[in-house]
Amino acid sequence: MARLNVNGKMRTVEVEADTPLLWVIREQFGLTGTKYGCGVAQCGACSVHVNGEVRRSCSIPVGVLKSSDRITTIEGLSHNASHPVQRAWAEIDVPQCGYCQSGQIMAAAALLARNKRPTDADIDAAMTNICRCGTYQRIRAAVKLAAGGAKAAGGAQ
Amino acid sequence: MSAPVGLPRRRFIVDSALAGGGFALGMSLSGRALAVPAASGLAAATALGGSFGANAAGAEVTVWVVVQADDHCVIRIARSEMGQGTLTGLAQLVAEELECDWSKVKTEFPTPGQSLARKRAWGEMGTGGSRGIRTSEDYVRRGGAAARIMLMQAAANRLGVPVSELAVERGVIRHAASGRSLRYGEVCEAAARLDAPDPRSITLKKPTEWKIAGKPLKRLDTAAKLDGSKKFALDLELPGMVYAAIKDCPVFGGKVVSVDESAIAARKGVKKVVRVGDTAVAVVADTWWRARSALAALPIVWDEAGLGNRSSATIDALLKDGLDAPNAFVYRNEGDAPAAIAGAVKRIDADYATPFLAHATMEPMNATARVTADRAEAWVPTQNGEGSHASLAEATGLPLDRCEIYKCDPGGGFGRRGGNQDYVRQVALIAKQFPGVPVKLIWSREEDMAHDFYRPISQCRLSAGLDANGQLVGLQVRLSGQSINAFINPGSVADGRDERQLQGWYEKAGDAQLGYTLPNLRIEYAMRNSHVPVGPWRGVNTNQNGVYMECFLEEVARAAGADSWQFRRRLMANHPKHLAVLDAAAERAGWGKPLPAGVHRGIAQFMGYGSYSAAVAEVSIGSDGRVKVHRLVFALNCGHAVNPHQIAAQVEGSVAYGLSATFYGECTIDKGRVVESNFHDYPIMRLADMPPVETIVMPSNDFWGGVGEPTICVVGPAVLNAVFAATGKPVRSLPLRRHKLA
Ligand code: FES
Ligand code: FES
Repeated sequence: MARLNVNGKMRTVEVEADTPLLWVIREQFGLTGTKYGCGVAQCGACSVHVNGEVRRSCSIPVGVLKSSDRITTIEGLSHNASHPVQRAWAEIDVPQCGYCQSGQIMAAAALLARNKRPTDADIDAAMTNICRCGTYQRIRAAVKLAAGGAKAAGGAQ
Repeated sequence: MSAPVGLPRRRFIVDSALAGGGFALGMSLSGRALAVPAASGLAAATALGGSFGANAAGAEVTVWVVVQADDHCVIRIARSEMGQGTLTGLAQLVAEELECDWSKVKTEFPTPGQSLARKRAWGEMGTGGSRGIRTSEDYVRRGGAAARIMLMQAAANRLGVPVSELAVERGVIRHAASGRSLRYGEVCEAAARLDAPDPRSITLKKPTEWKIAGKPLKRLDTAAKLDGSKKFALDLELPGMVYAAIKDCPVFGGKVVSVDESAIAARKGVKKVVRVGDTAVAVVADTWWRARSALAALPIVWDEAGLGNRSSATIDALLKDGLDAPNAFVYRNEGDAPAAIAGAVKRIDADYATPFLAHATMEPMNATARVTADRAEAWVPTQNGEGSHASLAEATGLPLDRCEIYKCDPGGGFGRRGGNQDYVRQVALIAKQFPGVPVKLIWSREEDMAHDFYRPISQCRLSAGLDANGQLVGLQVRLSGQSINAFINPGSVADGRDERQLQGWYEKAGDAQLGYTLPNLRIEYAMRNSHVPVGPWRGVNTNQNGVYMECFLEEVARAAGADSWQFRRRLMANHPKHLAVLDAAAERAGWGKPLPAGVHRGIAQFMGYGSYSAAVAEVSIGSDGRVKVHRLVFALNCGHAVNPHQIAAQVEGSVAYGLSATFYGECTIDKGRVVESNFHDYPIMRLADMPPVETIVMPSNDFWGGVGEPTICVVGPAVLNAVFAATGKPVRSLPLRRHKLA
């Protein structure tokens, strides 16, 4: 049995202790915004925040989590997609298929929480999630926009 | 069709100037189905928060357009949306002719079952080959225009004025003389009861008149991708659902001999071990994680069908044999290339090679099915809804009209989710064993890597001759490798005459035409098929052939002591569209202008999917041998540019996909199976390696080309030619990470 604080709500769940947090979030709590991409901490599709830090939930067995750990999923990031990262993502029209984007947004939100004005090098180092559709150029622009930068010319109307 | 008695049945007088040929009528404009077509399970499906099927409330004016009383226009989209933006582009084209308010546009996907029931009212659903827009633009625009004409006629009838006195803008129809106006929502019911105009009689707008199409509008489908609310097929939950994990024989062509079910019998949540055809085993449990964990612990004995000794080395030998074989399919033979090369002042020879590649869509293969004795339904992330439909019918043994597919937007497609609906067949076979119970099958990433339809492996031997003036007098190409057509339908290419593998070297204009004219040219293909399944992979054979042709031409240009751009230009006088994109990319990139120390340029042009592409790359190589791409400039003529912003996004996407292949991508074969199993050994390019991409979209407005795939074929060659410029040595095999450049 695990007691988890997810998006500010305490939840109790009957699962094996080695079940990855990802599958508890998805299958037990029905929060499907967090995605499965590799299961081996490579792609970042499963990114969530644990105590404000971005973590790859596919590789965290629920057994290691404490009920005091604060877990935030994409669904809990903001109300009405109002987080500055989500607003910037909308403004730049970042997603293609969208499958990786929950993870990308969680990674960007964690980056900006600890580094208000990241440099290109900071963005390179923090944004390591895979996007197979190749939205990287727009992700970079959106992170900068969310950090308070100006939107580059020539975007969508 | 028959309109209810007492309602207007007026014929329309419309401009018949454009009754041009080539119009494929993909719609039944007389369709008057205002009610929701009944389909079992649809209500449940829709209750999931997704929208499955063409069921929007409102008046169906044409099959493409439903208008609602509050003036919202629901535009039907038949093609799949897997990130490439086709949904938004098609909606723009319909909305343009409909003259509706873009802020009130919604979309929905008709299902394959609905389409079948209405005699394929929505035409082709398959979404591959960069055809989503270019092969449906005509009939969807006519569907939008016909709806506008009917709405205006309904308004004219209501106002008692001739339709010629009316004007429409953003869904509001005005009668200037009387100052009266009607909104689309007010006349939609009446419009839906009118006879439709003959689509061939409609004159479509010219691109110069476009107000919605041709504009860099934002996508319609972004919001749900920002807060986790978008439901992919992987996210589907149905009451009573069970979950399946699957393992197919890792050796292609092998079979299951036995499984030891007792090993997992005591595991929590496990419901059943299921054979899936002859080749695969699935574990079904109450959660996917339990199914997957149990499957990993399940001992399975395989019959490897004698193919367990196949390896990259044996396949390499097979391809080498194709390079050396005396006979091959001679596709082009103009002049006498062997003699011209033999008699040349200078001769250049090279062998090139590219590996098998996996698609690795971010969303792994998956599908959900519910099968009973007389009905089957499946929720499928598909590029080809009708293909999914056929697979479901075949696997369940039920007729098509008892099967239904609810298309889910795939988390990436790239060719993997098109013609080969293997995962639909699997889930149907599993669900058959759980009558009435929804079964969700999810492949692990490892299964996804192990059972793809890989980009075909090939090798290419090229020879060229230069005369004393450095002119190219002859070119000979021998391609050896695997054939996609042979995998799909061996009979179609039984004699080895498979032009598809020679994509990009075509003589015929309009598709993947070679942009160079050579006095002596010979192009041959030696088909050599391994046991590894192959299929289309974003850009398909233009990827490999672009590398072979454009990198070899770079070798030839350098051997001639010529400038890479100018050397190509001299061969392109007969191909002005190819030349125009090459020039545009070179000029924007500042070809020939000085670069920072250590930075080098490469250039390439090649053609696929009806569009013309060129690229210039700027590259440096660190002391550790690491290649850094500093800049990529593209020029693309896709004929018509429906949404320049989304076109640029596709070009950027093609860079990430193309550079992943150039730098990292390789599926090796050992013991009859694919060695690479996940992203740790099949690396994908990440943000830090993404160069700034500049895209020149330069539509000539005299043809319709593709967008999703065309530019990928110049990504690798432009970068590899820049690496060549940096090192003085050509790179003749991929991936680049196998080469020591320091
Ligand atoms: S699914 Fe967790 S990193 Fe890929
Ligand atoms: S948007 Fe498709 S994988 Fe990133």
